[in-house]
Amino acid sequence: MKREQTTSRTGRFWMMVAMLLTFMAGIYSERLGFLQFTMDNPEEIWILFVEHVQLVLISSAISISIGVPMGILLTRGFMRKYRDWILNILGICQTVPSLAVIAIAMTYLGIGKKTAIFALVVYGLLPIIRNSVAGLAGINPVILDAGRGMGMRPAQLLFRVELPNAMYIILTGIRTSTVINVGTAAMSFLVGGGGLGDLIFSGIAMVDAGYMLAGAVPTAALAIFMNWFIGKMEGWIVSDGLVYDR
Amino acid sequence: MIELERLTKIYPGSTIPAVDSVSLHVNKGEICILIGSSGCGKTTLMRMINRLEPITSGTIKINGKDLTPMDVIELRRSIGYAIQQIGLFPHMTVFENITVVPKLLGWDKKRMSERVDELLTMINMDPAIYRERYPRELSGGQAQRIGVARAMAANPPVMLMDEPFGAIDPINREVLQDEFLKIQEKLKKTIVFVTHDIHEAVKMGDRIALLDAGNLIQYATPEELLTQPKNQFVKDFVGADRALKRLDLLKVSDAMMKNPVRCSTEDASEKILERMIEKDLHYLLVTAPGSRLVGYVNVDMLRGHKGVVGDVARPMSVTVRPSQNLKDALSKMLTYDIGIVVAVDDDGILQGVLNSKTLVSVVGETYDEHGGHWGKITTGGRIL
Repeated sequence: MKREQTTSRTGRFWMMVAMLLTFMAGIYSERLGFLQFTMDNPEEIWILFVEHVQLVLISSAISISIGVPMGILLTRGFMRKYRDWILNILGICQTVPSLAVIAIAMTYLGIGKKTAIFALVVYGLLPIIRNSVAGLAGINPVILDAGRGMGMRPAQLLFRVELPNAMYIILTGIRTSTVINVGTAAMSFLVGGGGLGDLIFSGIAMVDAGYMLAGAVPTAALAIFMNWFIGKMEGWIVSDGLVYDR
Repeated sequence: MIELERLTKIYPGSTIPAVDSVSLHVNKGEICILIGSSGCGKTTLMRMINRLEPITSGTIKINGKDLTPMDVIELRRSIGYAIQQIGLFPHMTVFENITVVPKLLGWDKKRMSERVDELLTMINMDPAIYRERYPRELSGGQAQRIGVARAMAANPPVMLMDEPFGAIDPINREVLQDEFLKIQEKLKKTIVFVTHDIHEAVKMGDRIALLDAGNLIQYATPEELLTQPKNQFVKDFVGADRALKRLDLLKVSDAMMKNPVRCSTEDASEKILERMIEKDLHYLLVTAPGSRLVGYVNVDMLRGHKGVVGDVARPMSVTVRPSQNLKDALSKMLTYDIGIVVAVDDDGILQGVLNSKTLVSVVGETYDEHGGHWGKITTGGRIL
């Protein structure tokens, strides 16, 4: 009870801070010509925004559908020996700057959306695999023993016990990956993939702050929204029996 | 009935067997305790029965049926499994946890729901309150109860229990053990029960198998193990106080003197006083019609009193039940500093009396081969 009160009070404080900042940002952006530009070209921004969202959703979906099974595979008994090796190699790959990944992908796949999506998938894979492995490997072995002792088949153990218990950590990985993806997707403009990067890079090239902000602000907003939305999803998907500080 | 024939387990990469050619039979409806110090192979032996540990050699039969060709998954579903760390699934509610095996077996919803209510009632937990709780919302004792209920969910005839009460404080452990024994009395499961606690073994077991370094040292009833330890190892294991441990085994009804002298509440005080002085009795039990215990009177209370005994009788400060074990009774006698304790049943009907002398001789009986039979002391009921 007491805790709820304090949360709502701090919540109100931050709400006020946010409103103040929004107000100041409004004045500032008006000066830079951001609002003027946005009002003049709503369709163009909308089209690029949709493109950006598409890039993020498609690449994240592919990352998840590759990353989670990879994580599952790496935690099966027969792969345990190679697990650390593979994770280390993936970790090294992740240190390659995103721009370089896109550039490398371009040399092989040419220009276009496909290249952009490929690069985004590769770049978004590691957090998902790493968290899937961490989540699945971190399950208390006692409950696995209990499940096995009660006669669960390996697949039943995986879907009824392992995944539900690892879900929180897996979803955190997905959230990290997706949010990173929103930012990296801006670079896909460089290989002709479209998206809000179009406005950002053109704005920088033309030294037009209004133009650039028209791309940067929606990108940032999308990242914040994705973070919030997947966070919400964690609340829906993860069992109430598993308590974490939400 | 479970028959283990020359069961051997050698872990890969090891030359010393973890379980070395162990043969033992567990009778139907009995609790067989596997006991020994850690690393003696007791848990491994138990886990070989539901093949969580693959068998190196030997056979296991349940009710005469060889388990070797049986499908492991099916086998495990037909055997209840409860473990020390409980292993409740944290993401599932109590209901979901209990119905894990029924669900695997494809029971319908209604049957599962009825079964959960039945089990929760059996372990003294209100279904309305606990069905939808998560394990994190349960106390240790409650979680342990649910663990046992889960093992029983599909009503398996055979159960494996690996220190199921090990992780609980001693007071709650006693409570759970008593509860479990009551349930077992009704359900008569065939149970293989692993523990390292000799007290628990003596209390719970119909038979105890003592293991050391993978070998079966002695397989006997608790009574036999305590009174006729096979060798020095067994003697050391059961402990120097094994005489005291027999107190756990014996019931008040085994040692009490039945039909003690007493008077009725309706008797005249003067008459009773006369009799007490004549027979040199310091105390006398007082019962109402129907043998219901009212209390006691002593000579001082009756002296000079005119009327009936019922007016001056004082209630007993402590009583025991015939079904309690002697350890509890002795503990009460020591706590209240009394030499005699009265046994009454649940309805308050006088059953007998127990005094410290009989208690000592009962426990010492098997060690003193030259007499000292407790029956002599209480002959004629002139114990007061």
